[in-house]
Amino acid sequence: MSINYDERIPNNVDLSSDKRLQKALEKWQPAFLDWWQAVGPQVFKTDEVYLRTAISTDPGGWSQFGHVRMPDYRWGIFLASPEENRVIPGGDHAGKPVWQEVPGEHRNALKRIIVVQADTEPASVEQQAYLASTAPSLYDCRNLFQVNVEEGRHLWAMVYLLHAHFGRDGREEADALLQRRSGNADSPRILDAFNQPCTDWLTFFAFTTFTDRDGKYQLGSLAESAFDPLSRTCRFMLTEEAHHMFVGETGIERVLERTVELTRQSKNGDPRELGGIDFQTVQKWVNHWYTYSLDLFGAEVSTNAADYFAAGIKGRWQEAGKHTEHSALNQFKNVMHIEDGRLVAREIALRNAMNEELREEYIADCERVVKKWNATLERMDFDGRITLPDRRFHRRQGLYAGHTFNPAGELISPMEFEAKRAEWLPTDADRAYVQSLMKPVHTPGQMASWIAAPKRGINRQPVEYEYVRTDG
Amino acid sequence: MAEYDYPPVDFETHPSRYKHWDLSVDGDIARLTMHIKDDQPMWPGKYELKLNSYDLSVDIELNDAINRLRWEHPQVRAVVVSGAYDKVFCAGANIRMLGMAPHAFKVNFCKYTNETRGMLEESSAAGQVFIAALNGTASGGGYELALACDQILLIDDGNAAVSLPEVPLLGVLPGTGGLTRLTDKRKVRRDVADVFCTKAEGFRAKDAKRMRLIDQSFPRSQWQSGVAAFARATADKQAQRAGAPLALPPLQRTATKSGWQYPSVHVEIDGRVANLRLFGPTAAPSRDAQTWAMRFFRELEDALLRLRLNHLEVGLIVIRSEGDPAAVLAADAWVDAGIAAGDDFYFAELRRLQARVLRKLDNMAKSVFTLVEAGHCFVGSLTEVIFASDRAYMFQDDDGENALQLSALNFGAFTMANDQTRVAARFPGEPAHVEALRAQIGATIDAEQAMELGLVTASLDEIDYDDEVRIAIEERSSLSPDALTGMEQNLRFGGGETTETKIYGRLTAWQNWIFQRPNAVGDRGALSLYGHPERPVFDYRRT
Repeated sequence: MSINYDERIPNNVDLSSDKRLQKALEKWQPAFLDWWQAVGPQVFKTDEVYLRTAISTDPGGWSQFGHVRMPDYRWGIFLASPEENRVIPGGDHAGKPVWQEVPGEHRNALKRIIVVQADTEPASVEQQAYLASTAPSLYDCRNLFQVNVEEGRHLWAMVYLLHAHFGRDGREEADALLQRRSGNADSPRILDAFNQPCTDWLTFFAFTTFTDRDGKYQLGSLAESAFDPLSRTCRFMLTEEAHHMFVGETGIERVLERTVELTRQSKNGDPRELGGIDFQTVQKWVNHWYTYSLDLFGAEVSTNAADYFAAGIKGRWQEAGKHTEHSALNQFKNVMHIEDGRLVAREIALRNAMNEELREEYIADCERVVKKWNATLERMDFDGRITLPDRRFHRRQGLYAGHTFNPAGELISPMEFEAKRAEWLPTDADRAYVQSLMKPVHTPGQMASWIAAPKRGINRQPVEYEYVRTDG
Repeated sequence: MAEYDYPPVDFETHPSRYKHWDLSVDGDIARLTMHIKDDQPMWPGKYELKLNSYDLSVDIELNDAINRLRWEHPQVRAVVVSGAYDKVFCAGANIRMLGMAPHAFKVNFCKYTNETRGMLEESSAAGQVFIAALNGTASGGGYELALACDQILLIDDGNAAVSLPEVPLLGVLPGTGGLTRLTDKRKVRRDVADVFCTKAEGFRAKDAKRMRLIDQSFPRSQWQSGVAAFARATADKQAQRAGAPLALPPLQRTATKSGWQYPSVHVEIDGRVANLRLFGPTAAPSRDAQTWAMRFFRELEDALLRLRLNHLEVGLIVIRSEGDPAAVLAADAWVDAGIAAGDDFYFAELRRLQARVLRKLDNMAKSVFTLVEAGHCFVGSLTEVIFASDRAYMFQDDDGENALQLSALNFGAFTMANDQTRVAARFPGEPAHVEALRAQIGATIDAEQAMELGLVTASLDEIDYDDEVRIAIEERSSLSPDALTGMEQNLRFGGGETTETKIYGRLTAWQNWIFQRPNAVGDRGALSLYGHPERPVFDYRRT
């Protein structure tokens, strides 16, 4: 079977002359399409959606807009342009030339890192498979699909690395990426946060704000890898990831705007009376997804993290720009430990605290987002403010797992925590209520009761543009 | 203390150059007399070889002598091993040498001497029976040398004794097979052996005989005649070996830019990797020392020994071959036919040489990968190289021309130390599969089938081959060399134990552990302080 690869699969990796990749893709591409049909978006499957497609990495090329049916989407393979004479940014080999091939010594670690990152991409598509059936507008519906197809493309990007650099093992891992399923008891996705179903849009917005942002920082640290193809792949993925976070940030912001409007319209000051989401519920969703996403950075004290940094497999966030000393040896970081029921600062070798370093970059970024939401609330003259809980609150991984903290980060007893749980985290009743609001709005320009319209449309189109062309 | 950076070792010698042994042949009885010049150790000026104690140079000569008796003196049926000095036969390995030698050298020294003892034992089985005629005390490695002989005679002069004083005097083990041969070969009861091994001065003739430590003794006055008569009687019991003597020529070894080469084996050192290229026969077989079936295996043996002793930095041996598979099979068939005819010792000796060299490959404390690439000649006897490897990668071509072919040899001629064929050891618990493979003898097995049949680790096509092989080599080179050696030695010898596996596994592994321990080699360790006025100080804790 001969396939015109460049036509079907936009790429800048010279696919049409790479026999190894072609052989791998011959089998993988049909399997991917089958996967997409089976567990990808299950609504508007054959309708045309106004999507952005990357056809090159040139400034104008990576955002070509047009109506396409999703199964016909041209998932491409792109690496950011090579940086000439790039050197390893940090670790034991800082300053030496980057690797164009996987060193045998680090093959398994690199493969594992790529697989874990890659696994999140199809997982989130699976989590959101039915979400379009309750989209609050066609605008939101289109954004969901854009996120979905781009997660699909990120999967392609990671699979490219597996196919191009990890031989037979890599092909097997690429196949397995299409076999695991989010939330499946026998064959779940690798990370916990990617096994929870996403059945409401508040969750989708919280997920894209917080969990996709974890992805941004993971990709950022992989962009610092000594393995140059991984670095270049991640750099290009980061340009797309920005849109996902935009969807989440503006989504929550629009919910908050609507909450303020309905709080004011309601006689009792309760937006639920008018089909809105109350302020406290938004805060609970933030608490839940922010803390789940904090877990994704791994243990506060980690020998793996130290090994990865030392070897150059994974780097530090913006190593060249933010640091002048690149070995991270003989440096220490204070990390709060729990000893005898008290919080105590302990000095940890900086390399062992690399997960925590990255988590702190993430926290600062999340704080910036929350500040933006609160500026909107302030502009609307509303008293409530969204706050980020402390990094120790509600954790299931790392030093703080197994202990109970309040949102201010103070150690409290499990009984105290349970007594307050319903104030801090979504309850079944909250979930049921939010779910009850999830009614589809499929008329161009119209919005569900609980969310404000966006300020502008996509790609300078009006908000009422037909972002999804339904048959009916 | 800095380790002694010993000079490269050369394993070739000739009786005309022996310093420490007298070899004489009289009809069908040979005498091999240990006659050590204490002022001519392997490392001049570093130690003295007192009391007929030996170092590696002494053992290299012994090895050469055993070899030459087999090839150059096939008529010999009994070999009397004795010492040239009065009162002492041999005091074993030189302790000062052991004390100063780097750990790796100690390990290699033990392995080499063990292989020499193994070959000596093989001689007895092959019709040249070795008799230890202990004309004086045989202690430590001296008695272990006797243990490797078929019969042990001890002079009964009220003084001479046999002993294994390593544990009580040196805090180490009799590491040249002594412990193993006491129980497995001499069938000494375990508590009797325990008493023997902890009594430094050992036992004289009468007790030693009772304890099965020796076979016979003669009083001083009857020693010469008794030994001679014993040798005569022993020789008479052996069948005469037919066939003309064959002189062993020196190997044709030349240095190259990054290694060295022989006509049929090229060695190229590339950092921590040694690339071996094996070349198949280019001429029809002929009964001489230059025929491929003999020369190639001698070259491979020398290459392996040099890699062990002189290239500690090499952790991985990557083996490729080139040549006409039909020529290898023809050489194998020629040896087979010679053995079947039974009228020339040469052929059976040749097969033993091949088997011994392949066992040396099993015993490398380095990883071995074999690459089965286009133009290879890994068939027949050379297929064993694949099975002796920790991993084998096969190139899968489009038309199936890169293929393997099993031969009957793979199912019996070449056993490992554990007495199993490499095919049987490769498929533990799958005798039916071994039989299925036997049914494939002579068939062309392409890379895909080779993979399915479990003959190679992976068959890779042109898309994957280079990268997978590169990665496998790089990964292997990055792992802990100590852990790899331990892992490989465990995985290579599946199945039951034999005296040989116990010597190279159990005895050697414990000895190598003890050689690292402060109780032996620390400042106050027993080995370090031997010959000094101070007493050793032990850390008495045991697990």
